[in-house]
Amino acid sequence: MDDGIERMTIICWSGEMDKVWPQYILATTGAAYGMEVTMFCTFWGLFPLKRPEVKITGDNWMTKAMGVMNNQRISHLNFGGVGTKMLRTIAKKHKVEPPEALIATAQELGVRLAPCQMTMDLMGLTRDDLIDGLEEPLGAAAAMANMQRSSINLFI
Amino acid sequence: MSEDTRDGTVTQTLDASGLACPMPIVRTRQAIDKIASGDLLEVISTDRGSLRDIPAWAESTGHTLLEVDDAGDRFTFLIQKG
Repeated sequence: MDDGIERMTIICWSGEMDKVWPQYILATTGAAYGMEVTMFCTFWGLFPLKRPEVKITGDNWMTKAMGVMNNQRISHLNFGGVGTKMLRTIAKKHKVEPPEALIATAQELGVRLAPCQMTMDLMGLTRDDLIDGLEEPLGAAAAMANMQRSSINLFI
Repeated sequence: MSEDTRDGTVTQTLDASGLACPMPIVRTRQAIDKIASGDLLEVISTDRGSLRDIPAWAESTGHTLLEVDDAGDRFTFLIQKG
């Protein structure tokens, strides 16, 4: 099975900004190391791949509620959004690329972004609701096959 | 990127000043992909983390770090592509 290609798989589970940041920092760094990087974007980790104008529809109040949970804010000290804004401002001052720019860089470097089919179904999302340039939606078994072939596997 | 000739070897210069982690390494990778094996790449960074990142990256990816200049707030690396 050793084809000489070094691989990294990141299971992107969180959509919180302070976790999306390291997901894509590590993905772009792995690509810079020449690794084949696959990101399996599941649960809230799929949210950063939504087109900005797309709202989560869901089938019922529960799936709708998922759309407002754990999304694009920081996990601690959020203070109703003030904390998230502060972090973005500080990051900008220190010239740290925002998550959206890092996602674009990851795509430019050939990082494979794979949406989770089951999450798409749960959230009522189709391929058209997601940004361009993604891999075909996957399930856990395909993600597992990637992990099996990777020397670095992360769950963030 | 700019280009000059040093001792007959083509040297590319990448100015990564003002970029924060992980962009200096990302841009370095993109720059080194564009030069030939044995050619030199000079990288200028203002990110202090580069002092450890670039040597680690170069070692892992088979390139040779020939020189490091630490000017306090500006770091210059000379890398030979492997």
